[in-house]
Amino acid sequence: MTGFETVAGVPSATTATGNTTTSTVDGVGTSPLRPDGTLKVAGEFAFASDLWMDDMLWGVTLRSPHPHARITGIDLTQALKLPGVFAVLTHEDVPGEKHFGLEHQDQPVLAIDRVRYQGEPIALVAADHPETARRAAQRIKVDYEVLAPIVDAELALRPETPRLHEGGNLVRHVRVRTGEENPTADVVVSGAFEVGMQDQAFLGPEAGLAVPDGEGGIDLWVATQWLHVDQRQVCAALGLPPEQVRLRLSGVGGAFGGREDLSMHVHGCLLAQRTGKPVKMVYNREESFFGHVHRHPARMHYEYGADRSGKLAYARATIHLDGGAYASSTPAVVGNAGTMGLGPYDIPNIQIDCFGAYTNNPPCGAMRGFGSVQTAFAVEATMDLLAAELGLDPVELRARNGFREGSRAPTGQLIDAPAPVAELVEKLRALPLPDERPDAHDLRHLPGGVANTTHGEGVRRGVGYAVAYKNVAFSEGFDDFSTARVRVSIAGGQPVVTVHTAAAEVGQGLVTVEQQICRTELGIDRVVVAPQDTSVGSAGSSSASRQTYVTGGAVKAASESVRRLLLTSAATRLGRRRDDLQLAPGGVVLDGSGTVAITLADLLGDDHVEDTVEWRHRPTHPIDPETGQGDAHVQYAFAAHRAVVDVDVELGLVKVVELACVQDVGRAMHPQAVVGQIQGGSAQGLGLALMEEIQVVGGRITNPSFTDYLIPTILDVPPMPIEVLEYADPHAPYGLRGVGEAPTISSGPAVAAAVRAATGLPLSRVPIRPGDITGTG
Amino acid sequence: MRITLTVNGEQRQADDVWEGESLLHVLRERMGLPGSKNACEQGECGSCTIYLDGTTCCACLVAAGQAHGRDVVTVEGLSARGPATEGAGTARPVAGPVTGPVTGPVTGPPDAGEALHPVQQAFLDAGAVQCGFCTPGLLVATHDLLTRDPDPDDAEIREALSGNLCRCTGYEKILDAVRLAAGRMG
Amino acid sequence: MEFLRPDGLPDVLEARAAHPGALPLMGGTDVMVALNFDRRRPDALLDLTRAPELTAWDHVDGMVRLGAGVTYSRVIDELATELPGLAIASRTVGSPQIRNRGTVGGNLGAASPAGDSHPALLAGFAEVELASRDGVRRVPVDEFFTGVKQHAGRGDELVTAVWIRPATGPQQFSKIGTRNAMVIAVTSFGLALHPDREQVGTGLGSAAPTPRRARDAEEFLGAELDWSARRDIRDSVAAEFARLVATAASPIDDVRGTAAYRRHALAVMARRCLSWAWAEHQGRRH
Repeated sequence: MTGFETVAGVPSATTATGNTTTSTVDGVGTSPLRPDGTLKVAGEFAFASDLWMDDMLWGVTLRSPHPHARITGIDLTQALKLPGVFAVLTHEDVPGEKHFGLEHQDQPVLAIDRVRYQGEPIALVAADHPETARRAAQRIKVDYEVLAPIVDAELALRPETPRLHEGGNLVRHVRVRTGEENPTADVVVSGAFEVGMQDQAFLGPEAGLAVPDGEGGIDLWVATQWLHVDQRQVCAALGLPPEQVRLRLSGVGGAFGGREDLSMHVHGCLLAQRTGKPVKMVYNREESFFGHVHRHPARMHYEYGADRSGKLAYARATIHLDGGAYASSTPAVVGNAGTMGLGPYDIPNIQIDCFGAYTNNPPCGAMRGFGSVQTAFAVEATMDLLAAELGLDPVELRARNGFREGSRAPTGQLIDAPAPVAELVEKLRALPLPDERPDAHDLRHLPGGVANTTHGEGVRRGVGYAVAYKNVAFSEGFDDFSTARVRVSIAGGQPVVTVHTAAAEVGQGLVTVEQQICRTELGIDRVVVAPQDTSVGSAGSSSASRQTYVTGGAVKAASESVRRLLLTSAATRLGRRRDDLQLAPGGVVLDGSGTVAITLADLLGDDHVEDTVEWRHRPTHPIDPETGQGDAHVQYAFAAHRAVVDVDVELGLVKVVELACVQDVGRAMHPQAVVGQIQGGSAQGLGLALMEEIQVVGGRITNPSFTDYLIPTILDVPPMPIEVLEYADPHAPYGLRGVGEAPTISSGPAVAAAVRAATGLPLSRVPIRPGDITGTG
Repeated sequence: MRITLTVNGEQRQADDVWEGESLLHVLRERMGLPGSKNACEQGECGSCTIYLDGTTCCACLVAAGQAHGRDVVTVEGLSARGPATEGAGTARPVAGPVTGPVTGPVTGPPDAGEALHPVQQAFLDAGAVQCGFCTPGLLVATHDLLTRDPDPDDAEIREALSGNLCRCTGYEKILDAVRLAAGRMG
Repeated sequence: MEFLRPDGLPDVLEARAAHPGALPLMGGTDVMVALNFDRRRPDALLDLTRAPELTAWDHVDGMVRLGAGVTYSRVIDELATELPGLAIASRTVGSPQIRNRGTVGGNLGAASPAGDSHPALLAGFAEVELASRDGVRRVPVDEFFTGVKQHAGRGDELVTAVWIRPATGPQQFSKIGTRNAMVIAVTSFGLALHPDREQVGTGLGSAAPTPRRARDAEEFLGAELDWSARRDIRDSVAAEFARLVATAASPIDDVRGTAAYRRHALAVMARRCLSWAWAEHQGRRH
């Protein structure tokens, strides 16, 4: 194992109180194997694109080649004539609501009279072979009146710019004001920063299988992050009640925010309803770039002031996020970027304006880090400018100003849980630095690798630091809950727990954590995770680092309830008081003397005990529209990175040598998976810093492929030493904090800082291109 | 057209194959072997890595007709197959097309059933599997690497696996898995 | 669409003549991408993988005759000594899986300005063998590329081999990509020193509509180098060589990089490749 991985820290709150003995076998805090792992390594795990049914048809989508146009006519005649074609549909065939959307219902299921982005769906074909469906789609004749696209978020907000939607081009403006209106400071730094459009680039393309039930209803197997929000939108479009639209989670090949919005869901169902046959839709990689939202590109202007000692005095930020053609989750992304856009630092005087705009660029929405990734690049670069101006060590500046428990966020919200910013960066600084190039003659250790661009010439080393914080779970008053059904029954003479939720397993390992919680709370080793579907209540989204917290909380609560029910039942059976009994590992009920009073097998026989619990975290509140003040967030996660890079300054090529992270996770529920989340998130941040960008010219994507949208390979991601801290959050189940997003936020800014350190260049835009370093942009 | 080929040791046939179809499509949609994944279909991600006549390649870049008469091993054929040094190995039963979308309940690691190949077990044990979409391709690529070089150093592992994209893990635990498998097999 | 799978080269060439609309298919690394993404729908596919004549290499008349179907992996494993420039370039192609399928012949057939083989072949003064039912001819590789993805082969001809002289001196290849593996060249450069004839060979990739040599740079350097005494190269000579290489390019701005960056990078790669090659010629490790 390279580097080190430790899970250390202070003891944290563990299990619930009373009437149980914690199971230590594969319970909370251990790292059991994931229950879907065997199927996954055997190649037998059914991902959405693997689904198959006898007699199924293939659906394809015809999409707009134009970023902005009026549709003046659609002629399906030639498409319908092609043998093997079963249906060709347009907006006229949408029986229910013709628009959908996560927060604003502004996006047509199929374009009606106007397209607002390149790739907007216009028509659907179902055929007996994908090639037949493609040829039919090609025969659909669409007449367009091409319109000039609006491709700049700031321009879009000017009054003279034509409106893309009825309400204008502003999706949301978040305004945060604290302290003085015109603050001054001894030292002032400022900068303008840009972040390019990143793609989630999950490996499993959008896919699903829609199966009509023959009675007017439909079953949809789909790769998604949130079954119930999909169900709501599919029901609306189909004009069917929820009991007739059953969504079932198929295997999900990664998500990272890109599956929060609908893709093929309604389309597949429309085709299946029309043809009466199962319809499978699978996007290819190119279509995937048009089939989901991306991370908002950002343009940001920042100004920080501090006194001579390095104490921050004020901060001003103006942030423009390009939301693209439809709102998706832009309002919430603007909320995050606005309320957390100054970094985890104590700043007495604050002025933030964050805008999200409609344009004719690709729609943008959720991606891991959700508004905080963009602002962190600006914040951390500005902090480095300030450190340089003050002659202070960047770590020192961060440590002096970092949040601690008792700090107030820009929203005025009291941070009432550990916030160990100073400790994170100081621990990073204390880590040993990697060796100078271990073998300069092995090209694989050099920038450019085996492409043989340097044998050491021009290579400079740089080190950079960055800190991240991120809200966990949904904010601003959203009713954020999850539902868990837990059942204990007897199989083969042994107790078995079945846990049923609608929470999407997208790779993060939630199914493992659900098992661990059941084991810990019920002392029963054997836990079956039932397939996730809409026959149980909503679990909310697998996003915002929230599932272990919220669905974990629901599973814990349901397990506790089932434990009480079991003990009540045992008390009744045995004629004792419930409080005198406890549930112990192995499925036995003990009496006060520790003697087995009854086994669960005897207690239950052929019966079972079950409860379903809807669980909420503590409420959040909207922010004031004028000042941005309010208790908007549930919990914050904190991470920090140190990046070490080698840069070939003559060619502008970068090799990341090491990317170390220290993160506070409250409680490491599954230490191995925690480290895996941190490493994976760190790699995505590295990608944004150095290579990942959807390039959009005039509203058109110029690189919709894995040939030209580059994500890091195993030769690009360095060893990643991880240190995990466990400072319990007293408000959260087990003291845990959401893990997934924070590392994606700080890793990129750390890499960018290291490249700046190696080159001495300001490099205010990411991804940093070779030409930015060589001055030949 | 009709094509016949050996897949995981068993003679297989597919009829009415469209001439433009890839071997990947035939394996996934006609032979009930969806283990090889369709992440990019342009040879950039390695998730459809298979053995074709003993050499690894991306099944998405092999025309179905080119595979006619050839020997193919997919991820589904790894566990019963053992390292390539043992020869082509015997086939394990090949399922028909995945009948219906129904996935059974996800239970704990099955204690019955056939043993995993050490490479598969190592990926599982090391936490190298998250969403799992890249996993089949990485398993075949790792199997090939360890067949050729039972004790690779990190630089060799990285170069050998540089054609397999993973979006979840950041690769660290994949490296752990390869080292673990090498240690166990060595 | 038809799928033609003739056995042996004679039948391949017959099929080529009989089906002018057929698209030749070897390793599939270009053709299958075009098929998978609906960019090409030829009348027929002509499978070349059943012609063993294409997958062999041999020594003929003091040259290496490299069959068009020899994969990059085999070039790396079997020809690193005789064709070092091509072997270095081959190691930069795609991924191990791609190198196991992709071929130098396929690279030539696609004739992309970004093809990784081309700079090494240009620098090595290679010749491309074109065959049809009616005969075989050889075209110098720098006359082979006629336009963006266009080459000198006729519709009834196939690239059947590349002829290239085994190295008599050091060869280098450099390629720019924005990540450390699996990239299409932003730009690339090949250099071969031919001390036996006191000549320099160069090749530029992703630097013009076609791969091309930097002839002025070759002539300048060939005249300046102290071939026998192997004295150090003056900085001014290296700089002028680099400048002439960059001048030979006519790059564009595209999704992978700017023209200005490409020109700049070519100059840097030219200077570095020259220093490594000359150090080797002087018998030093570089």
